[in-house]
Amino acid sequence: MLFFSYFKDLVGREVTVELKNDLAIRGTLHSVDQYLNIKLENTRVVDQDKYPHMLSVRNCFIRGSVVRYVQLPPEGVDIEILHDATRREARGG
Amino acid sequence: MNPMSWATPDDVLLSTSLATYLDKKIIVLLRDGRKLLGLLRSFDQFANVVLEGACERVIVGDLYCDVPLGLYVIRGENVVLIGELDLGKEELPPHMACVSEAEIRKAQKADRESSDLKGTMRKRMEFLDFD
Repeated sequence: MLFFSYFKDLVGREVTVELKNDLAIRGTLHSVDQYLNIKLENTRVVDQDKYPHMLSVRNCFIRGSVVRYVQLPPEGVDIEILHDATRREARGG
Repeated sequence: MNPMSWATPDDVLLSTSLATYLDKKIIVLLRDGRKLLGLLRSFDQFANVVLEGACERVIVGDLYCDVPLGLYVIRGENVVLIGELDLGKEELPPHMACVSEAEIRKAQKADRESSDLKGTMRKRMEFLDFD
């Protein structure tokens, strides 16, 4: 649940999602669910020329199981809070 | 029972639910690289989806073709991404040309053969140990 809560805090931020098929999409994080499925708004594909079929896609849903990385804004990461939450989780809540 | 019956309209708008794409034209990217277009008529929590008037968009270089398929049920595990197509925008860049299915299949075959050839050339040169 930790990363679910963590991503929920990032809603509204600009992130880049890199998929297992190497497609990288940048957009505003609209929502995330328990499977870490992600919805992005105002998306643009990082390498647009290679993926012409994505030209008119502005909003998209990404299945959590195909995500390789999510690149976050540096100011979106508070290591202290994450660290504390991890230890809390490890102790069992 | 309708799974949405306890969710208010606001909840749906703010969630990852695909409900906001219902009855809209979407593009579904599959794990094997295929791209299917159609109207989203139904879905569930696994991202199983039903597409009405589905077609496969085959792209080879600057050529493309929409091959009609009909009504499709896609199993969720094959889904990579579901994109809402912005009807106000061009779906493809203007330099791309629409061709017939026969032509796109021919282009696809030629493309596959040239990449196979590249593969075998590379294999033969492997003793050179580039990269």
